[in-house]
This record gives sequence, structure tokens and C-alpha cells, in this order.
Amino acid sequence: MPKLGELAKVVRSKNAKPFRTTFDIIFSDSATYNRVVNQKVVTPESIAKLYNVDRDRITSFFEFPAGLAIKFTFRRMIKQGSIGDADIYGCGQHAPLLDIEVA
Amino acid sequence: MKPITILAPTGSLGYGFDTDALDRAMKQKPAAITVDAGSTDPGPHYLGSGEMLVPRVAVERELEQCLRHAIRNRIPLIVGSCGASGSDPGVAWTREIVLDLAKKNNWHFKLATIGAEVPADTVVKGLRSGKLFDFEAGALPSEDEIRSSSRIVAQMGPEPIIKALEQGAQVVLAGRACDDAVVAALPLHLGYDPGLALHMGKILECGALCAEPMSMDVMLGTLDDTGFVVEPGRLGQRCTVASVAGHSLYEREDPYRQRGPGHLIDMTGTQFDQVDDRRVKVRGTRYTEEKPYRVKLEGARLMGYRSICIAGVRCPVMISKLDEILAANRAYVEDYFKTNEPYHLTFHTYGKNAVMGELETHKGKPSHELGLVTEVVAPTQEQAHAICHVATGKLLHQPFEGIKNNAGSLAFLYSPSDTDMGPSYEFSVYHLLEVEDECALFPIKMETV
Repeated sequence: MPKLGELAKVVRSKNAKPFRTTFDIIFSDSATYNRVVNQKVVTPESIAKLYNVDRDRITSFFEFPAGLAIKFTFRRMIKQGSIGDADIYGCGQHAPLLDIEVA
Repeated sequence: MKPITILAPTGSLGYGFDTDALDRAMKQKPAAITVDAGSTDPGPHYLGSGEMLVPRVAVERELEQCLRHAIRNRIPLIVGSCGASGSDPGVAWTREIVLDLAKKNNWHFKLATIGAEVPADTVVKGLRSGKLFDFEAGALPSEDEIRSSSRIVAQMGPEPIIKALEQGAQVVLAGRACDDAVVAALPLHLGYDPGLALHMGKILECGALCAEPMSMDVMLGTLDDTGFVVEPGRLGQRCTVASVAGHSLYEREDPYRQRGPGHLIDMTGTQFDQVDDRRVKVRGTRYTEEKPYRVKLEGARLMGYRSICIAGVRCPVMISKLDEILAANRAYVEDYFKTNEPYHLTFHTYGKNAVMGELETHKGKPSHELGLVTEVVAPTQEQAHAICHVATGKLLHQPFEGIKNNAGSLAFLYSPSDTDMGPSYEFSVYHLLEVEDECALFPIKMETV
């Protein structure tokens, strides 16, 4: 089965201000976008399970057809730049998404 | 209304643009050059300390080119969130650079600087009178968190910038500002549709990040009654429906709705159409006024002073037992400094969950080689240094079961092994303050250069 990292054009994470990290999965064409969306392999529940966080840590989830994208946002584990935070820009949190399998 | 073109030279002042692209874009006769210079993305340090993020050489080089075009074409140059945090020192530093450039080039213009720092008393008053609201922090700050903040700024909307333009400013150097407001100020001042103007601002403030291939570079937006057209300045780049629509995702939570001071921008009905190879037209974005008018506050406070030690770990025996070794080290340090004031000791183990921490999903073995950053934050630099040295000095020769190499367990990267990092800040205020007057927190100073 192909992985999300092979199907998506962009898989990224980034701060959405100091308290949240937002994730974007962007596809090159609507066929691939629809394939992933229809299979429901990326949902708030699947993400919570993947990252081993409570479902309510995920503050929003969007399917965004105009941008051929799936987007979701977490509350950060540690406020940006506070003691213990090791990812100031929040751009190093996307890797587990690359391995999601898509039928 | 007649179309109006706004130029954004880059996504963040100091991060570069192509000079040819800027020269070419200027031929489209923009009505203003606007550039964002700040963000909370680099973290709380710049707000807390008042230090600049970008070196002077970069800001000077880019401002000189922008100013030259603005003076030559008699159009405004508007810079928002000067010096990264939009603090008073950030505005003063940018003003110094502008004055030096004006002197060197014999340029003359009306200059406005707009402050964005908010006194702690104002915030405490807001807290006591129920005018301070939680945004994403999860709770209101305590009075102590407000008062112990070394600096608090408010994000201005377009109104103070418009006021400066009304007073005849050609160059506006604004403290902390909503990045879209910097781009939208002139169109709003001239009466263009606020939903479209602010949406165009959201796209342009990142420079050519909405183009393919994405980069910090020159971007043009042309607005009229029906919508706006965006176009990258560099010929090697193009805007596509996907790249422009996709930009609504970048660094924000909601791609459909965006709140700013006094308004909500609704992009649920927005349409994106390809005009030609390199241009996209955007229409249908809607604006709703929201009351009361609330500005976002950002504050940072000193948490202590930081010292770090960087070392490599290559020994497989040590790597296999690292968790227990670090736990023993922590216990030793706690006992050693038990009479001390509170401090924080953190181990960042690169090669083993340092980047993702609790969120890490990789279940395999750690790397054959680990990078260990030992970090201490304590009330004084001297204490942080001492605790860091005691911790890593102990770790160097700390015994563990199965040890083969008893000559030392850490491959220190440097001499000295401990580095003092200076003050450590955290965001202390990140809340909304209700205000009566959109401009009251943002004093404008006019001068003739």
C-alpha cells in the first residue's frame, strides 16, 4: 500500500501562534486528494491515536478542497519557547504522517 | 473604483528578495510598498529582551532598495512589526537605519513611527475590569504574570497606520501590527472593500510564499471592486489556484475564517480563478465588523538564565542504558543543589526523541550516536553555569553497570564545555484586550526627514 508521504505533495507542521501546531497535507491533484479523504485514513481520531494524544488536544480538523488539502491543529505539548520546548517553529512534528498507509 | 496595486518585496524584512524582480514589479506602478518585519515565530526572546532577530546589514540593504523606489515614485513605504517583536527598541532601531539611509542618499520625506508597547498597568486594569479575554492560552494571566513581564505589545489593526497616512506620512515604521493590516492600510484608507483588502494583505504579507516555487520574494496584488489579482515579481515563479488557495493554510488554524481586531474575514465563499500563467484572481471574501474591538496582546517575562552543554555519546553500552544513567544524574544534581533556589534541568537527547518528545511514534532503537544537550535554567547565570557543570562533570565519569570505557562518557563538542546563553524568556501574556479607541494604544510620532 502506498504511504501518505508518497502520495502528498506537501506534508508539514508549523506553529499556528505560540500555543498551537498546525499540520497541512497538500496533494497535487483532486483524484489523490479525494482518494485520501474518502478513505478516512486521516481523521481527528486516527491522528489522536497516531500521536498518542487525547482527542480533545486536536482543536480543529478541515478538509479543504480549494487547496487540495487536509489540515488539523494541536494544542502544543509545551508553549513555544518555554523551558523544555525543542521545536521553536513547530516545523519538526510532521514525520509520523508520512508513514500513514493509503489503500 | 480604479484598480490599486500594492507591492510586498518579501515575506519578512531582512530575509531577501530578487533585486531584478523588485525593479520589474515597480514598473507596474504600485501605490505603496509594504513589508512585514515581525512574528512570534522566533519565540519569546526577542519580545522579552528587545533584541533584533535580523542583522542590521540585511535590514539596511533591503530598506535602502525599498526606500529608493518609494522616494523616486513618491509612494508610501510601510513597515510593520519593526525589529521582529514590534517593540519600542525595534521601532527605534529601524528608525535609526532609515535616518542613516536618508542622510547617505539625501532623501527627504515625512516619517511616522507608531509605538505598540502597552504598560502593564493598562493590562492589569483590563484584567480587573473584565476587558481582558483568553485567546488560546487556556486561562487569564495573573497580575503577577502581567507585572513581571519585561515587555507587552499589542497588535495594531490598520487604523493607526491609516491615521499616519492621513497625517501625510510617506514612510511609516509601525511597532507590532497585524501583518495583513500593513498591506491593507492604504486600500482601506482609500475606501476599497475591507474583506478583499485584508485577504489580499494576508496573502501578500508572506511575499511570494503563495507562488510556485514558494520563496520569500516580491509579490504584487492589484485590487478593484470585483476582487484582487496576485502575481509574483520573479518571472520564474507563478501563482496557481492551488498555490494561492493553499496559502490560506499557512501558519494559521482556520483556512476559512480569520479574526482580526474589530473584524472577521470569511473565506468560505471565496473563489480563485487562473487569469493567465502566472496570475490568480480572488473574489468573494466577506468582511464582518465585530464589536467590541479587541486587540491581541503579546507579553514575555524572564524565567531565569540558561547554560547549556553539548556532547556526543557514542558508546553502545551507555546508549543502551541512557535513561537510567540520566535519571541517576538528575538525582545526584537534585541532592547536590537541594538548598538552592528552584532551577530546571533538561536533557535533550538528539537521536532519541529530542524533537518530538512525548509525540514521538518511532519505536525502533535509538541511533548509534546521540547528541546530548544538557540545559539548565536557574535564577542567575552563575547558578545555571554551576548546575550545568556539576551535572555534566558528573556524567562524564558517572559509573554504570557494564561500563567498558571508564576514561569518560561524553564527547564534549567544545572547550569550554559549558556555554552561558543569557536570559531565558517565556510568553506570559497572549490575550485579547477590549479597547474603546482603535488608535489609543498606538502613539504616532511624525517628523520631517
